[in-house]
Amino acid sequence: MPIPTPFHSRTAPLCTTFEWRDWAGYLAPALYEPAHDREYYAIRNAAALIDVSPLFKYEISGPDAARVVDRLIPRRITNFRVGQVLYTPWCDEDGQVIDDGTVARLAENYFRITAADPNFRWFEDVAFGFDARVENVTEALAALALQGPNSRAILRELVAGVDFDALRYYHLAHGAIDGFDVTITRTGYTGDLGYELWVAPENATALWDRLMACGQSYGLLPAGMVALDVARIEAGLLLIEVDYKSSRHTQTEAQKSSPYELGLGWTVHLDKGPFIGRDALRAEKARGSEWALVGIAVSWTDLERLYAREDLPPQVAGRASRQAVPVYRNGRQVGQMTSHTFSPILKQYVGLATVRSEFAALGAPVEVEVTVEYRRKRAGGLVVPTPFYDPPHKRA
Amino acid sequence: MAAHYDVIVIGGGHNGLVTAAYLARAGKKVLVLEKRHLVGGASVTEELYPGFKFTVFSYVVSLLRPDIVRELELPKHGLTILPLESTLTPLPDGRYLYRGADHWETLRNIATFSERDAGAYDDYSRSMYFMAKAVKYILGIRPPDPTSYRPRELWGLVEMARHFLALPEEQLWLLARLMTMSAADFVEQWFESEPLKATLSASGIIGTFLGPRSPGTAYVLLHHYMGEIDGAFRAWGFARGGTGGIAEAIARSAQAHGAEIRCDSPVAEVILKNGRAVGVALENGDTFHANVVASSLDPRLTFLKLLDPAQLPGELVESIRSFNTRGSSGKVNLALDALPELVAPPGPGRHLAGSISFSPSVDYLERAYDDAKYGDFSRQPYVDVIIPSVIDPGMAPPGKHVMSCFVQYAPYELREGTWEEKREAFGDAVVDALSTVMPNLKDIILHRQVLTPLDIEEMIGISQGNIFHGELSLSQLFFLRPAPGYADYRTPVPGYYQCGSGTHPGGGIMGAPGKLAALEILKDN
Repeated sequence: MPIPTPFHSRTAPLCTTFEWRDWAGYLAPALYEPAHDREYYAIRNAAALIDVSPLFKYEISGPDAARVVDRLIPRRITNFRVGQVLYTPWCDEDGQVIDDGTVARLAENYFRITAADPNFRWFEDVAFGFDARVENVTEALAALALQGPNSRAILRELVAGVDFDALRYYHLAHGAIDGFDVTITRTGYTGDLGYELWVAPENATALWDRLMACGQSYGLLPAGMVALDVARIEAGLLLIEVDYKSSRHTQTEAQKSSPYELGLGWTVHLDKGPFIGRDALRAEKARGSEWALVGIAVSWTDLERLYAREDLPPQVAGRASRQAVPVYRNGRQVGQMTSHTFSPILKQYVGLATVRSEFAALGAPVEVEVTVEYRRKRAGGLVVPTPFYDPPHKRA
Repeated sequence: MAAHYDVIVIGGGHNGLVTAAYLARAGKKVLVLEKRHLVGGASVTEELYPGFKFTVFSYVVSLLRPDIVRELELPKHGLTILPLESTLTPLPDGRYLYRGADHWETLRNIATFSERDAGAYDDYSRSMYFMAKAVKYILGIRPPDPTSYRPRELWGLVEMARHFLALPEEQLWLLARLMTMSAADFVEQWFESEPLKATLSASGIIGTFLGPRSPGTAYVLLHHYMGEIDGAFRAWGFARGGTGGIAEAIARSAQAHGAEIRCDSPVAEVILKNGRAVGVALENGDTFHANVVASSLDPRLTFLKLLDPAQLPGELVESIRSFNTRGSSGKVNLALDALPELVAPPGPGRHLAGSISFSPSVDYLERAYDDAKYGDFSRQPYVDVIIPSVIDPGMAPPGKHVMSCFVQYAPYELREGTWEEKREAFGDAVVDALSTVMPNLKDIILHRQVLTPLDIEEMIGISQGNIFHGELSLSQLFFLRPAPGYADYRTPVPGYYQCGSGTHPGGGIMGAPGKLAALEILKDN
């Protein structure tokens, strides 16, 4: 049975739907109100509070900590300064992705990594022989994501000791609220302006209460997984076990993915020196990848036409779907669209798909399967760049 | 020598901008001339009190055609429509009817007034879905002229007949009823409880100088139901940044395709040469020339002010002069120091994020009309309230709020006195009515703007302040809008077109007249 997070005493009474998801063994609200629209628009137009405590959190410290991180991730860390955060996947020796998350450099030899899956054993194995210590701090840190264009105004009012104008995208700062410490990273899973706040569990409820009270004037609402799922697809952000499978969970080689195949080639620096998976990735780079992760915009005109044949309006508005559907080109299946949603802000049906790389060029036409009145149909679509939604205030 | 344009659009309201955007997309060189300092017409957001953004006139959106949103790429140009998913009808005695996103909760709430009504609610919703779907077709077509034998017109009539005759019998009967009944009678086919009947039939009087028991208002009710957001009929929303956000998005789309927009440029007249429109003259005497001139102003201004009526066929002049543009509504916009407290339900919550309808009973609405019928404003008016700052916090400073109150009735011409003398008394009547359900309202008002039909006419030009550019009565719809023989966006003057809400399919932030007009202009040019 899933267990409560440190915020449960606050989220539970607000979760009027009693609809919860199991996130890594923790109770996560799916949606607080009967419809997720307001929560979604809070993310996009005001501010939303999302309990992200179930993330796995690890710390790597000690004289060799930087060398361990350098060995673990394919990204270069020579320019990775204290106070910065990196997004990165990490791979096995075959260059296949195990997990992805953020790495924060809290001090010269002190890193904090977020992960979707338990990684303690792997990190310890990677650190074997180095003078570094790996610690699982998952239970020692409660985490809240404050996301949306008003998030900075709320924090500015609430947090002492942080210059929010100077806190850039993918950077961190330490501050205080009413005497307790909070670490703030300008990160998130929504593709909007947003922050993640990390506190000791005993301060979790105080953090929640202060944010909710202060946020009321800024349209702050708690948001659940349903709204978050729409936002993260619009932001083009991957979800493990949905858009790709961890190489440690797959049953066949074919189910694995390399960073190149996930559109994360930009995180791989083959010239940085040895890291786990480098040789395999170098070989893949030379030979070309078989698959590519792309964004697809499904033709609305086609959807309307398909539904109109059944005398119905297009029935797509609603929750994001994690039900993969086949993607075709010239009648032949070339991949699958693994996450898809109607984007309320773009007025477009969009999805993340894995397709054979020869069909992955921007602007390439594809067809995706749509089920209309129990019958399988195909709607046209185009390969488009991600993020689908990328507001300037995300980085500003 | 001044630049020569392919098309000049008179009026930078949402329809004028839609016409301009479609023509610019088709490669035409377009100039939009707007008399005010900002575009939008009735679809504007203005900061009339520091930090408080008012949706001065039009305040919600539903009818904006989805094809226009997509074709003009309005989301890319900044349009975001936030959901307005609930309707709250508070009663002075502390009871309330809340209809929101939770279907079962809605049915439970209706059942506290009438178990039978709760049972009928789904049937009603389903019927309205069919009605909206049936008439959706005519929103996308140029009205055919039933008196013409031209193949184009005949074919249009055949197509239309095919569409409507394909409807199941019961839907056809219901549609016929809908076109002729009063809104109150129409909803009474399903419901018996007053707050529900009143709130539903209130949609039938908005923008109309008729009461809920006047025949013909059921169609107006449908007009408010046929809006679509993301494929869902009857969905209402609030544009981020207010309704001005819609006009600005359309303007940016038009400009992205090369259209030029000039504000502070009131047009005095259309210039004719050999009986053909060749340009316009501004009030300051400046002239602009073009192959085509399109007016998005209301029919009175389009035909009787911008042209010399002596140049027009007498029948048309007669039709336009008798075209009913009686203004019926006013607007009270408030800047508030805090969130209004309702008698019930108490406290802040999602019920404040929808519309709040002050419509306790059908008799209440009808009595409000009784006052107006004889030339007074309603002493106890119908008010449709939204609190934009709850939906979009950017509309007011943190912790403060703006409130938009749409009010009926306010006749254009008063029986006694002038609007100048009575404006504030009208505002007081609105605040008094709302205070019966919002006890703290009077204590939190920082600023009040009261708009009468006369103000609407003076500020944005719409004749008699009629928000639809002419009533949506059966006698003024489809091939009769605005006049028989001239429902095809053309005029007797070659090169002069109509593209405003006074043409089919009418008012509201729909954009359909603007688009259909642009398509006709492109056919001819």
